[in-house]
Formats: sequence, C-alpha cells, structure tokens
Amino acid sequence: MPDTIPGSLRAYLHGLPGVDEVGVRKRAADLATRSIKTTAKRAALDLAIRMVDLTTLEGADTPGKVRALAAKAMRPDPSDATAPPVAALCVYPDMVAVAAEALAGSGVGLASVATGFPSGRTSLEVKLADTAAAVAAGATEIDMVIDRGAFLAGDHGKVFDEITAVKERCGEAHLKVILETGELVTYDNVRRASWLAMHAGADFIKTSTGKVAPAATLPVTLIMLEAVRDYRAATGRQVGVKPAGGIRTAKDAIRYLVLVKEIAGDDWLDPAWFRLGASTLLNDLLMQRTKLSTGHYSGPDYYTID
Amino acid sequence: MEIFEYAPAPESRSIVTIRPSYDLFIDGEFVAAKSDERIVTVNPADEEPLSEVAAAGEADVDRAFTAARRAFERVWSPMPGAERGKYLFRIARIIQERARELAVLESLDNGKPIKETRDIDLPLVAAHFFYYAGWADKLAHAGFGTRPLGVAAQVIPWNFPLLMLAWKVAPALATGNTVVLKPAETTPLTALAFAEICQEAGLPPGVVNIVTGAGDTGRAVVAHPGADKVAFTGSTDVGREIARAVAGTGKRLTLELGGKGANIVYDDAAIDQAVEGIVSGIFFNQGHVCCAGSRLLVQESIAEELLAKLRARIERLRLGDPLDKNTDIGAVNSAAQLARIRELAAAGEAEGATGWSPACPLPERGYWFRPTVFTGVTQAHRIAREEIFGPVLSVLTFRTPEEAVAKANNTPYGLSAGVWTEKGSLMLWTASRLRAGVVWSNTFNVFDPASPFGGYKESGYGREGGRHGLEAYLG
Repeated sequence: MPDTIPGSLRAYLHGLPGVDEVGVRKRAADLATRSIKTTAKRAALDLAIRMVDLTTLEGADTPGKVRALAAKAMRPDPSDATAPPVAALCVYPDMVAVAAEALAGSGVGLASVATGFPSGRTSLEVKLADTAAAVAAGATEIDMVIDRGAFLAGDHGKVFDEITAVKERCGEAHLKVILETGELVTYDNVRRASWLAMHAGADFIKTSTGKVAPAATLPVTLIMLEAVRDYRAATGRQVGVKPAGGIRTAKDAIRYLVLVKEIAGDDWLDPAWFRLGASTLLNDLLMQRTKLSTGHYSGPDYYTID
Repeated sequence: MEIFEYAPAPESRSIVTIRPSYDLFIDGEFVAAKSDERIVTVNPADEEPLSEVAAAGEADVDRAFTAARRAFERVWSPMPGAERGKYLFRIARIIQERARELAVLESLDNGKPIKETRDIDLPLVAAHFFYYAGWADKLAHAGFGTRPLGVAAQVIPWNFPLLMLAWKVAPALATGNTVVLKPAETTPLTALAFAEICQEAGLPPGVVNIVTGAGDTGRAVVAHPGADKVAFTGSTDVGREIARAVAGTGKRLTLELGGKGANIVYDDAAIDQAVEGIVSGIFFNQGHVCCAGSRLLVQESIAEELLAKLRARIERLRLGDPLDKNTDIGAVNSAAQLARIRELAAAGEAEGATGWSPACPLPERGYWFRPTVFTGVTQAHRIAREEIFGPVLSVLTFRTPEEAVAKANNTPYGLSAGVWTEKGSLMLWTASRLRAGVVWSNTFNVFDPASPFGGYKESGYGREGGRHGLEAYLG
C-alpha cells in the first residue's frame, strides 16, 4: 500500500539531503577498486546470473526470438547444468503470452515493460490498459516508466498518482518503477525520484529503459541503494533496485554487487531485492564462470546467441 | 552468514627485493657508516624484521654535508634550470615505472593499506616531481628570488615516507639546492629505494644524500653548520626543539607540525558524502595524518542522524593485512605510536567521553587499533585538544555557524579544516573565518602538488607545494 507523504510533496522531496556530485562519484570509483577473486568471484558470478532480468525490447522481436530467449533464461549454459537460471525474462507486453507459455512451470519470472515504454508519452488510460493487458497475459512483474516531463516540470503529484494507479492495476504482479535517470540528469533528482516512487508504492526502483544514454551508472545506482536503505530504516518496508542498460561484462556486474553489499547491505544480495537488466551480460557471466572452473576461456561460439 | 564474502586478494610482495642490510647514501654511492649502530626496521603488520639500516653518527652526517656542498658549488647550482628539470622529469618517470614495487615496499615498512600506497601515495609522489620539474626553468616567473640557498637539511616523518620525501626533495632540487635527508627510523626503506632511483636517473653525486638514523642523527643533521636551510615535518615537540637549535644561526627554517583539524558539518550538508568525508578525514592512513579531521563538529540538529550513518559506515571498514587490496585500515606504524594512541583513548574514557568501535577482529600479531569514535566530548578533554595521530575521532556539537567557527579555531594548532554545506554563501563565510592552512570544501584529505600546504600557530610555518613551496628554497 502506498503510504502518504505529509504536507507538500515538493517541500518533502526538496527537504531530502542533497547529493554532492564529486563525493558520490569518488565513493563509487573507490568501491570499483574492490578486488573480487577465487571463491568470492564464483559466488558473485552465480549470484549475478540469478539476478539477471534477461531482456529483449526490440521492434523486431518475434515469437521465435522470445521462445529462444526463454529457453536461455531457464537453462543459460546448455553444457553445464550447474549454471543457475536467471531471475526473469523481460519483454514487451504483446510478447507476454508467448513468453508465459514458454516459461510455464519453470520458476523464472516474467517481466513486461508497460505504460507506453520507453517514453511514457501517452495518456493514463492507455498506460493502465497496457499494464492490465500485460498482467492478464501472465506477467508477474511490471516495469513501468515515470512521466519524466511531469517530474522535470515540477508536477510531482502527477508522477505520484500515476505510480499509485499503475500499482493498483498490477494486482499480484511486482511493480518496478523506471526513473530513466539519464533524463533526470542530476543526482539530486535521482534521489528525489527514488523517494517519490517508493512512497507511491514501488516494489523496485529501476534506473533506465536502456533506450537513453547514459543508462545505469555506478554513482546513480549507489544513490538509489542509499535511498532504499534509508527508506527501509524510516518505514520498515524494503524496496528492490534494478540497474539496467549498459551492464555488459561480468566485471561490471560484480562491481554492482560490491555496491549492493557495501551500501545497502547483505539483505539486498538476493534476486528478490536486486536485479540486473541486461541482454548481452549473461554470456560473459557464463564465460567467466567456465573459466573459473576449467582454468581457460572457451570462445564466444561455445555460448548460445539467442 | 555472509552471502558474498570477499576472499583474500593479496598484492604479491615478490616484486620487491629488500636487502638484509643498507648503508648510507652519500655522494652518489652506498657507503658503510662510520658509526657501528644499526636500526632494525620491522613490518608493523606482523612485527617481522624487514631489514636493518645504519644509524648515521656525526662523522657520517658531516661526510654527507661535504658531498652536498661540493655538488651544490660545482654541479647543481651552476646547471641551467632546464637541465635540472630533465633530471627531475627522469626521476618522476622512474617512480611511475617502479610504482607498484614502491607501493608494496611502503605498505610493508609503514603498515598502510596497499590501496592507499597504490592509488594515493605513489601517484602523488610522481606528480610532485613532475610539478617541480616544470618549475626548474621558470623560476624567474615565480615571483621570488632565483638563487638557491645551498644545502638543505631535511628531516621527514614516517606517516607518508616517500611522499614527504617528494615534498622536500623535489622543490629543493628544482631550485638548485642540494639535500641531506634523514628518513624516519621506522620507515627508511622507500627513501633508500629512492637513492637507487637517483643512481638510475644518473643524478650527479652529492645532489641527494640520505642518512638513516633516529633522533640523534636528526639532531646532527639540523644542527650541522653546513646546512643553509632546515625543513622538518613531524611532531610539534620536535619542531620546537629544532626551532631552538636553529635560532640565531641564519639558517632558513620551515616546519610542518601537528594538527587537530576540525571537520564542520552543517545541517544542510550532503549527509552521505559528509559521512564519507568524515571517514576519510580521520581513518585515512590509520589517522596518521597531521591534517586529519580529528575533531568532528556537527550541528546538533542532525547529530543523531549523522552519527547513526557514521557508525554504520565504520562497521563496513575492512581492517587487516595491509597488502590485501580490499583492506581499508592497515596497521599502526609502531609499538610506540600504538601506546600513545591507547594512552589518549584511555584518557578520553577517563575524562567522561564515550568511546565506540566496530566489532572487527584484530590480527594476533602486529600493531593494531580499531577505528574509534568518541561522543560526549567537550573542548576541555585531552582528546579534543591533543593530537592523537591515530584512528580516533572526537565528536563535538554546535548550534550556530559562529559557535562552529569559534570551536574550530579554539586549538593551538591550525593546519586543516573541512566544511560541509550545500549553501555556497555559508561555505565562504565559514572558510574565510577558519584559522587553518588548508580548508577543504565538501571534501577532506585531498592533495595536489599545485596547492600549497602548511599551518597556522603551532602547526608550523612556511608552505610546501605549489608556487609558494618554491619560496622556502630561494634567496
């Protein structure tokens, strides 16, 4: 249930402590120097695979492409049964039915973007219908976009109300709220949008659509991890975080896990509370995983392209 | 149970070759000391001996000054600045090439974490030589005289052994002076590696002379009649002794001494970054930093929230093997320093302040002290007035900007301060009223060779670094 923000929404959001840009970048860069080796690396790679939201969001998506990706989500490494499945498959709403059939009974989640993804420039009615259709077709998670225009224009109430309305349509499905931090630009805005989304009922806050550059960055994710940490301390409710877009290598993924561990804490080191939105990342995670157990790299042709 | 615990990630020490014994570096060569006394230098992380070095006596020091004088008169001061600059550039490049080796050696001898020596000390050492190399042929534009003073007697501390060497040697050489340098008795090894670098760079013999030893050697160096200039970084007590020894001799003197830096956090500060600044202000290099932010002055209205965040952050600091790349807090440099830290921390408790430390395990061997935060501290407590030079933070509160400034300035020292506010006008108002040589704005313990560094009051006199740093070596 969304809680209520006391008094003026704007006064509340602007009353949050500021973010020092230089300081947050330095902290993120410092944590990126953590050296994750041997047993820690193996644990991190498996955890990262289990946190992947395997994503295809293209105009050219077809049922065949979605089925192939679903197979990969359930069994990422055909030559190694010990490789865990990913957290979820993430598709456009019209592909949800295909994906639901392919994933049935697997335990892999099914996420659908909705609300006029990626720009969100459509009416609330369309956004709600978009959401309801995806849920009806079998989506267990909805990745909505906020109205960045309204946020930047100072109409925080509109953003808040849209999130609560979409949350209501989600029913049992988990709601991830995409802030599109590349369009909010400042770290202060990222912090305010994070708190706004959490108060409005978000189950997850997500950095980006992947369609706008820059997408996920370490400093932005750090600020969102501070937000969920502080929000839980203030309200008792835990909210998840999902960086998405631009995370391509196992090294990148491990840097995100270090951030989770050292900023939010171990409670978030779980696919229920942290996800990595990515398409090409999975194969690098699998390649590094094989390298750790066999001592050598296999070529990219030993990993499936789906 | 930890879901994802970092495995040990030690930096290899095989890159470093430590000789069992070192001689003095005089006139371009390693020469046996006339004095028989030797000093054993140990790894503070495990108390194992690393090597032994000579303790130079008066005769050895005299030999070093003779070599330095000859080099000054015959080679170094007549040399065109552009040529001197070439040597300094060459030294800077060799330092960069050997950075990993020097970082490991510094961590072994000093106890500080490899991530600091690798990412902070060594890059700054090279940057300092590059910076002053650039000045060597531009002295006429610095706004001071252009004539070197002669031979500089330089005594440096153990907290940043190679960096303090760079701060002393680079400006002295760039301006045409020659040096006799004494490294600290607990951390002589990187200075001796620097001697090898001077040889590798083909630096003319006698321009840099390094005499190892303890207090007696230091006294002989600063008291030597052949010294035209004395530069010292270290404790205020020793600084006073040196000032007395030098008084009336005509020697020029710069002193960089102790500090009790205030870190002022206003209620509108970017609180998460302020917490980072407080942590790096006092726990950087185990608090063995003369400009450490050892007094936290926090506005009372946010004190509780800030301290909760600070404690949570300190819980995440990783204390242990200095060579592990994930270590945040290394070993205290010596048994003597550990005893001093313990004594002052005990005084804090005895005087009524409340100490807190995270529950991190300490290694069995070596010199270790947990990061510690004292609350309920008043201006009268020893831990608010005396320099601890360890990972111990004293927390005081204030109500108004006037009170913050009054408390920050209420110390015999005046080396550094930090101010945290998102309001630009308050930042400028505060900074202009603080009597400290360095005031950091929304950051702490950040260094740059282009920026002058030095103190007010009992923190010393003279400036090192930047254009200002040339003045101490020019007549």
